[in-house]
Amino acid sequence: MSGYPLEPAALGLRESATFDRATIAAIQRAAETGVYDIRGGGAKRRLPHFDDLLFLGASMSRYPLEGYRERCGTDVVLGDRHASRPLHLDIPVTIAGMSFGALSAQAKEALGRGASEVGTSTTTGDGGMTPEEREQSKYLVYQYLPSRYGMNPTDLRRADAIEVVLGQGAKPGGGGMLLGQKISERVAEMRTLPVGIDQRSACRHPDWTGPDDLAIKILELREITDWEKPIYVKVGATRTYYDVKLAVAADADVVVVDGMQGGTAATQDVFIEHVGIPTLAAIPQAVQALSELGLHRRVQLIVSGGIRTGADVAKAMALGADAVAIGTAALIALGDNHPRHAAEYARLGSAAGFYDDYQDGRDPAGITTQDPQLAARLDPVDGGRRIANYLRVLTMEAQAIARACGKAHLRNLEPEDLVAVTIEAAAMARVPLAGTDWVPGQTAGGWL
Amino acid sequence: MAPLSDPATATLAAGTPAVPHPATAADGERLVTVDLATSSVRALNAELHAPRAARYEVRHPRGAHALAVGVHAPLVIDIRGHAGYYCAGMNDGATITVHGNVGTGVAENMMSGLVRVRGDASQSAGATGRGGLLVIEGSASMRCGISMKGIDIVVGGDVGPMSAFMAQAGRLVVCGDAGDGLGDSIYETRIYLRGRAGALGADCVEKPMRDEHRAELADLLRAAGIDPVGEYDPARFRRYGSARQLYHFAAHNSSAY
Ligand SMILES: Cc1cc2nc3c(=O)[nH]c(=O)nc-3n(C[C@H](O)[C@H](O)[C@H](O)COP(=O)(O)O)c2cc1C
Repeated sequence: MSGYPLEPAALGLRESATFDRATIAAIQRAAETGVYDIRGGGAKRRLPHFDDLLFLGASMSRYPLEGYRERCGTDVVLGDRHASRPLHLDIPVTIAGMSFGALSAQAKEALGRGASEVGTSTTTGDGGMTPEEREQSKYLVYQYLPSRYGMNPTDLRRADAIEVVLGQGAKPGGGGMLLGQKISERVAEMRTLPVGIDQRSACRHPDWTGPDDLAIKILELREITDWEKPIYVKVGATRTYYDVKLAVAADADVVVVDGMQGGTAATQDVFIEHVGIPTLAAIPQAVQALSELGLHRRVQLIVSGGIRTGADVAKAMALGADAVAIGTAALIALGDNHPRHAAEYARLGSAAGFYDDYQDGRDPAGITTQDPQLAARLDPVDGGRRIANYLRVLTMEAQAIARACGKAHLRNLEPEDLVAVTIEAAAMARVPLAGTDWVPGQTAGGWL
Repeated sequence: MAPLSDPATATLAAGTPAVPHPATAADGERLVTVDLATSSVRALNAELHAPRAARYEVRHPRGAHALAVGVHAPLVIDIRGHAGYYCAGMNDGATITVHGNVGTGVAENMMSGLVRVRGDASQSAGATGRGGLLVIEGSASMRCGISMKGIDIVVGGDVGPMSAFMAQAGRLVVCGDAGDGLGDSIYETRIYLRGRAGALGADCVEKPMRDEHRAELADLLRAAGIDPVGEYDPARFRRYGSARQLYHFAAHNSSAY
């Protein structure tokens, strides 16, 4: 006897594709509790993604660069359209905005340390700037969100760039939430809220609506900071072509587009899975908008949502991004979902590789928590080292691909270097299906 | 509203240059006049961020946006005319008087200081303000005090709908009426209203006026330049605040969310 339990299928049982086990469990949970599921992370469903693209390495018609000898540049300048002090980053991989509140102060500090070590930027989040992250971050982007928690002009002047957040890929059209377990005294004080309440942050900015107002808001932020800082506008990917055009019309220096795979600290599962478009579908729309305005590369494009490897970085850049941002992958690099916490995940009703209860504040890895004991598990210095290592690997992987495509700088990667292995990805990314010259959806007149 | 004392104004030199030059005011304090008919908003704000004088007067504002934003010194600034959006935005310590009306978001996110509007204010007056006092002698439009976080706001006239939406801390005093949705999803801000309220917003309720509330209201009125007697006796005001029923997510609140 093999000792393996019999698979249900071997007994003639058949699982419904429509009512699969996860769906059944979700219905049962809803019926039991009467509340919807709130969780962290990004969309879990399978979506057309960077995995569906491949690079055409050089051979006869193109020639490659020598792997360990010939230079392949990685630096990027962000925000030189209007700002007197644009950011000049050594690598095009940045750390996305994640709030102090969602993350512990130690985790924020670790992200700052890691990013600074490799010469890239990190970003505050919905909850203000902590002194720890400011001190440890060489380049710190300060988010300007609808909630304006902790917003103040001193931090604005201390920032290296300002990111006006309209939305996030995980929840375009939704505000943030932070549940009571994570509203510790320090978090409450920074946000001017009572300790322990379930906090809902606003989904719309309190003092502007629409692109014409946003232009005036950006003017105000520039005036407050004497036109020194680059101003980013971050949108969740939905009507990306129009949103990017309007962000540029409002005078953004940099546009950040976050696809639906992008992580969140706490959002309704139904929102994460059903609102927004995949990162892959958003990039060509953004690039088209910028190109039509004659501003591709003048207004920089940062892409986020599901970036995991140097291949993802290279593909995003080949499609026209100037840089990328990472959230979830950075948390994993810090130790999120590590098998060494298996027993503790099990006690929380989860498992390594599945843990997404960032809203709960009981993270065994000490990252998405405000519990002092759990947070103390993460050493910011060691965490910083891991982040720096991971960022280096992403960069070297992207360089390896760029050299193979004969590019002396990551930014020289282009759509022409790519093909798609699925029709969906070919249509979304607007590159040919591998082995064909077929770009689904492309007409003689263009895309629209 | 009771007449308020005008800050002393000095005589101005005629023919203001594009880049302001300090002049000496009658009271001996250095006064700089910036005439926006010939100078730019950028030059004005740059000067206010690295001030060479303690007092400033802005002439011909002509509804320009972002006037006197990000000031972080205890300057006295008089704007002679109407201002556009975000006038006195993020003020930290200055005393700024607008002798006219203001557009959206006056004194948004103020940290400290005093902003006084002699006329009316558009939407989102004092939005997200964290400290200081905003006085609007006329009326304020929708969303006055939205998301306020510690600022005090005194409005001589009425406020529009959805005022004090998601207001977190600080006090909002309204001497006239308030539109519908007052204090919707309010946290810990206290609202004092002399006139009538429309339909109250979700989770906003009337609360009893106790001695400490009458005392704090009298102080706020006085700080705004209003004598808290007679027509403005705190006894004529009612207090509104949070019922704190939406502080925790619960299925039975689904219609309120
Ligand atoms: C724990 C966590 C907290 C986040 N907090 C914020 C935030 O405060 N503001 C924001 O704009 N985005 C926030 N995000 C989204 C990230 O900025 C970013 O858009 C997203 O993580 C990118 O996708 P990725 O996670 O697949 O890398 C958060 C994401 C995570 C995972």
